[in-house]
Amino acid sequence: MAKKSLNIVESAYRAVMEEQDDTILWLLAAMQAAGGAHTVVLRGNAVNYAISGQGAPGLTIGEWKQTQVPRMDRDVSDLIHNRKIAVYVIEEDLAERGIAGSDLVPGVTAVSRKRLPALFAEYDLVSHW
Amino acid sequence: MAKKTLTFALMDAPYESANLTTAFRILDAAARRGHDINVFTYEGAAALAFTRQAPHPNPVHGKNLAEENHPTTKDQVSALLVEAAKNGGKVDWVNCGMCVDERGVNEFVPGTRRGSPADFQAFADSSDNVLVIPTK
Repeated sequence: MAKKSLNIVESAYRAVMEEQDDTILWLLAAMQAAGGAHTVVLRGNAVNYAISGQGAPGLTIGEWKQTQVPRMDRDVSDLIHNRKIAVYVIEEDLAERGIAGSDLVPGVTAVSRKRLPALFAEYDLVSHW
Repeated sequence: MAKKTLTFALMDAPYESANLTTAFRILDAAARRGHDINVFTYEGAAALAFTRQAPHPNPVHGKNLAEENHPTTKDQVSALLVEAAKNGGKVDWVNCGMCVDERGVNEFVPGTRRGSPADFQAFADSSDNVLVIPTK
């Protein structure tokens, strides 16, 4: 049986244009498909991943054009609804950035920093990315 | 607008930060304006023009190789060279020799070359401006 793993994702938009997704959310999705039991906590600037409707123009260099731009809200929704990976966001980090709960991808759960120690205790592994 | 000579020093490895996306946006803008561009790629950035980079499918997204159309920085470098030439500018793209040797990436796309910190010094001395985008 897979160990329960809590993954705190803090580095945001790191190479997402080059990878066309977030490398850690991608890794967790792949590991979940391999039998893992993962949960995600978005904190710091990574709480922005949970905002619905975001997007970026593709990179263009001369005649070269990127056709598959990253969509972080799509990937967060995929984790929750298709891969059964719970996604939490830190309430205080949302508030500091002026992000309302109504802005978030459906299914994301807001959690206070004060609740984190108890959340950690529910998992076998806690990883900070 | 008067033609300028602009030098850029890049340090980040491909696929590890947003810095290179920013750098390529700036480089593209300079190439479209016909400026002469010098690029010194140092440390991880020396792999930007490595010819054996290959795109891959994305099983997490459920996309095959063609659908994913995964970017490679070697293609972006090549596109930059073409765009500059089209607009009357030129690009002198230097891959730090010691950096490529220690990484085993000593095969570059045509139009780029192997070099050394002396090239960066010469670039800086002869340019209208220099922008360093370092690894943080």
